[in-house]
Amino acid sequence: MPRPMLALYLRETRLGVRAGSGALTGILFFLAVIAVIPFGVGPDLNLLARIGPAILWIGALLAGLLGLERLFQADREDGSLDLLIAADRRHMLAATVFVKCLAHWTANILPLVAVSPLLGLFMNVPPFGIGAATLTLLVGTPAIPFIGAVGAALAVALPRGGLLVSVLVLPLTIPVLIFGVSAVRGAVADPDPFLPAFLILAALTLFFGVIGPLAAAMALRWSGD
Amino acid sequence: MKRRRTSAATGRIANRAKQRYLPIMNQPPKQTRLMALANPTRFLSLADRLVPWLGALSLAVLVVGLYLAFTAPEDYQQGITVRIMYIHVPFAWIAMFCYSLMAASALGTLVWKHPLADVSLKAAAPIGAVFTALALFTGSVWGKPMWGTWWVWDARLTSVFVLFLMYLGIVALTRAMDDPARSARAAAILTLVGFINIPIIKFSVDWWNTLHQPASVFRLDGPTIHASLLWPLLVCALGFTLLFLTLHLMAMRAEVWRRRVAAMRRLSARAADLRPAGVRAG
Repeated sequence: MPRPMLALYLRETRLGVRAGSGALTGILFFLAVIAVIPFGVGPDLNLLARIGPAILWIGALLAGLLGLERLFQADREDGSLDLLIAADRRHMLAATVFVKCLAHWTANILPLVAVSPLLGLFMNVPPFGIGAATLTLLVGTPAIPFIGAVGAALAVALPRGGLLVSVLVLPLTIPVLIFGVSAVRGAVADPDPFLPAFLILAALTLFFGVIGPLAAAMALRWSGD
Repeated sequence: MKRRRTSAATGRIANRAKQRYLPIMNQPPKQTRLMALANPTRFLSLADRLVPWLGALSLAVLVVGLYLAFTAPEDYQQGITVRIMYIHVPFAWIAMFCYSLMAASALGTLVWKHPLADVSLKAAAPIGAVFTALALFTGSVWGKPMWGTWWVWDARLTSVFVLFLMYLGIVALTRAMDDPARSARAAAILTLVGFINIPIIKFSVDWWNTLHQPASVFRLDGPTIHASLLWPLLVCALGFTLLFLTLHLMAMRAEVWRRRVAAMRRLSARAADLRPAGVRAG
């Protein structure tokens, strides 16, 4: 990673994990969503074992959407967004957005992935399924900020764009959810293969890693007043 | 001394350039037909002329198409429910056609900055949402007797449902911003990103083994549907497409007028502000 990008990554990550930022709240939200599910569907351990990986994925998806609208808004408020856009000549804006997304993922979503084995254990998911769920989350969740960056960039000038960002982004994340969950199902149940779905999931992350920052950079460049 | 001579020289060159190019500059720029439509007044007069004809034509084609649909032979397996196909399939086609039209408009906004492309996108989104909802509704009415369920989460149905959500998302985004220029660019980018879904919808029945039947009309080896059922379907599709174009043109016309009204309100408010307090009527 070039030095300015590394500096940006470290800055964003540091801002993300700092007290008062949304990262810890995101994890709490994830825990709360997971904890609510057994109350809703009943404490039947067999059922929970079957739907556990899917619940982990949905929880991670919702928690990943939570802090997205702040991705560019804080920078816009203190003016550093304008500097990042103005530095487009030296550091491609899409690359800047890419690094910001990675930092957002590190600060907000990576902790969720780290606690997901424990929650899988609560859900009575078999050990092999826990491993598969954690692996798919690790590979698939970076797509969430990449897609979300587009929504965040579009709604950056809106005073209350948070809900709108989620509404815009959620339909686009459905393929990631589908292949993430089907890869886990393939790992747990024998007839379905694990690898094809897992590879498609990885391909989706890479695809959105290109498309998302490019579209977000375009939206940011035109959001200026 | 030197500087004066230089400025005189540049002045002379500029004068010569003016003499040479003035006749060209005074001519109106050569306009393509699409660019001519960028003039809202010209567009409005064209739309005013087109809308009654298009409306009448779509009504006539629809009457013929629906008559053909009701007199077409029943399917040997599906019985009378096959007639739902004559409206369901055109609705689904238009749902995708409308999104493709919006994506083309988005390109028109972002690349060529055509002033009407944004109007077209904004006007098409609610119409597309309604056609998608109708396709989902008629499909589930057909699915209840045929599949025994109102809804299944198979690839085709899910991707069309996602299309419906995206239409609503675009509508929400265009309504959330009051500055038309900014909302135009935002909606255009969102539309282009969401265009990924269109090939997914089209090929979902080939890529995944779904409950929804695979393509039977647009195939490389010709349609697998019998001609007695195909012709009414094509006439209905043409009729509904004309209807969609009519509605789209009407919505675009309304949007152009809405912007004019907003601009005139702003102007009159500004004029009222500038007027001295004593003169203000009331």
